[in-house]
Amino acid sequence: MAENAPPMVVIEQLSKAFGPRVALDRIDLEIATGERVMLVGPNGAGKTTLLRIVATLSRPTAGTVKVAGADVSRGGGDARGRIGFLSHESLLYEDLTARQNLRFYARMYGLGDMTARIEELLARVGLTRRGDDLVRTFSRGMVQRLAVARAILHRPGLLLLDEPYSGLDPVAAESLTALLAALVETGCTLLLTTHHPAAEGTLTERVVVLSGGRVIEDGPVGDVASFPSRYRALLTQTMSA
Amino acid sequence: MRTQNWARQVWAIVVKDIAAELHTREILSAMFVFAVTAMLTFSFALDLRGAVGRDAAPGVVWTTIAFAGTLGLSRSLAREQQTGGIAGLLLAAGDRTVIFFGKSLGNTAMLLILEIALLPLGTVLFDANLLRPEIVLVVILGTIGYAVAGTLLAAIAVNTRAREVMLPILLLPLIVPLMIPAVQATAGLLEGLALAEVNNWMRVLVVYDLLIVAVAMLTFEYVIEA
Repeated sequence: MAENAPPMVVIEQLSKAFGPRVALDRIDLEIATGERVMLVGPNGAGKTTLLRIVATLSRPTAGTVKVAGADVSRGGGDARGRIGFLSHESLLYEDLTARQNLRFYARMYGLGDMTARIEELLARVGLTRRGDDLVRTFSRGMVQRLAVARAILHRPGLLLLDEPYSGLDPVAAESLTALLAALVETGCTLLLTTHHPAAEGTLTERVVVLSGGRVIEDGPVGDVASFPSRYRALLTQTMSA
Repeated sequence: MRTQNWARQVWAIVVKDIAAELHTREILSAMFVFAVTAMLTFSFALDLRGAVGRDAAPGVVWTTIAFAGTLGLSRSLAREQQTGGIAGLLLAAGDRTVIFFGKSLGNTAMLLILEIALLPLGTVLFDANLLRPEIVLVVILGTIGYAVAGTLLAAIAVNTRAREVMLPILLLPLIVPLMIPAVQATAGLLEGLALAEVNNWMRVLVVYDLLIVAVAMLTFEYVIEA
């Protein structure tokens, strides 16, 4: 984590309601630059909603979200260029080749060194030889690796990962972990949601537990090996409350 | 610099749509098959030859464009929904108007390609010169308004369960004020009138285009983020 750097994400009194249903309830959260945070919680806890608001894909009902000092809660504007987003949906076009997908996003982000960056990323995710194949011919693991390349194409300072392991077999999941671990080394701030804290615990240093739209625990992952059982106990406690 | 970046993003969306269409050809082929079948059916079922054909040509051509266009518009936005592509666009586009103009331009291009095939076919079938430059101008103006209105409404319809049904229901009433001047201007020009003599209809077309662009720019952000 970068010393004395301003926080990458500052969330203050963030609430989001869908009609009468409250998805997020006055959330306060600060994530330091370079910090790696795991967001866990049961289904419907508000993890994806929180991530989508930080990613500027959804607007909050109340409260503010700042990314690298820019308020993104009422329209992201230029701050979007600092955010990378990876979810179980690839956000790729199946009717384009891998290279065409990356070229499209590179143009959208206004990258200068487009071709070199695309080739570098294709090599990094092991898809150089399949670069001219349509994405619809790819396996789920290959799609997710290409989605990682798309998410980090513009060298974002903040990477948001929404259940990135969903639907991946163990080999593909291992490959994704290796990719993300390499990314973490570059000092990228990470915020990821997961249902499997044991697997993603190695990537992160802090865990935030959400339940019913509220933060019920926030602290270091600490002993990663014991965290899953603590998490299970918290979930059981929350659900029986 | 900011305008340059905006234009580059709009162009990136157009290029992306054309590249995807070159791989699949699903939008153009669907519109083309529908349009040709409709024109042939009208022509033979109503025996549209000679003077009758020339009288009916504007209505038949514009009706065909309107109905064939809904197939393409619906598919164009549905392609964005595949694997969450619309979220990718929302993340990458600094300004939501980029998405609106990019998609509208892409849809206009697809419709114009369809019309390049349709106008000569109509000329042959209805014995009416639909390739006059003035008529081509009317077609371009009508297509712009249609594509813009269609892009806006397709963005609404794509989030509904019955999007294929919803788009024509929403779009066709909205384009009536566009279809009337387009058909009237085309009919006037086919009768041999000069462009100046159908000026009033042309003005209505231009005003419709400007109004629908303004409405879409004001509302697209809310529509696409819904």
